[in-house]
Amino acid sequence: MTLDAGLVGRSYPPSAVYEVGREKIAEFATALADPDPVHRDPAAARAAGHPDVIAPPTFAIVLSLGAADVVVEDPEVGLDYSRVVHGEQRFTHHRPIRAGDRLVATATIDAVKTVAGNDMLTTRVDLATEDGEPVCTTRSMLVARGTA
Amino acid sequence: MSPRPADVEVGTELPEQISRVTRADLVRYAGASGDFNVIHWNERVAREVGLPGVIAHGMLTAGLAVRAVTAWAGDPGAVVEYQVRFSRPVVVPDDDLGAELTVRGRVAALLEDGRVRVDLTVISGGEKVLSLARAVVALG
Repeated sequence: MTLDAGLVGRSYPPSAVYEVGREKIAEFATALADPDPVHRDPAAARAAGHPDVIAPPTFAIVLSLGAADVVVEDPEVGLDYSRVVHGEQRFTHHRPIRAGDRLVATATIDAVKTVAGNDMLTTRVDLATEDGEPVCTTRSMLVARGTA
Repeated sequence: MSPRPADVEVGTELPEQISRVTRADLVRYAGASGDFNVIHWNERVAREVGLPGVIAHGMLTAGLAVRAVTAWAGDPGAVVEYQVRFSRPVVVPDDDLGAELTVRGRVAALLEDGRVRVDLTVISGGEKVLSLARAVVALG
């Protein structure tokens, strides 16, 4: 099916608070074989000017994947998830994500289009502290192959 | 030593980075990221959906590639923007060597406020696996 252009701008309720833990950051860095001590050692992070250990630049995907599920599962979007592949991903960091952050994710449909029979859906996820400080904006473009 | 804006010009090349991705790495990344899509660990299902075999998470490839930038910049917090477009899957064979990823980067533009844009070329199996990979880095 072709995605409805009227979906653009649709926003979903904010997620529950996600508390960023030092161990989760270290686990993610290890999965990327990233040896940088600013991901593990609070003293090294402070020496580099950060209040606590910071996350690798792609860590926000941990939160944005889950937050974007509300869009994929929206029956009015009607995306055929069995045919979906990840087309593009973008991160805009307002500041590094760090241990101790209590983040809320808000998903919005940024763009829909159909090219050569493929539906393309871009979801923006805004990550902010529970006090409202913007931390990171992610944009994920999913392609549903041959559904339009 | 981190590069300062004055040391960098359009065309400045980053040190080449070579990474290996094995099936064990895919399992580890699945757990760390929460992305348990079966095509990243189940050969049977991967082939059923038309893939040549188990493939790496696109975000694992992207996360490994941007290490070339953070290692060069000297601070992972200096990456203010990172964008990738996935063009080809990275097929990860069921052996001890896995797939090889070669990452090359070059400064493509000097922006305002000491920021530079770095364009990455990411190759596996002789093919570009990301058709676009660029980072904006705040230097100095």
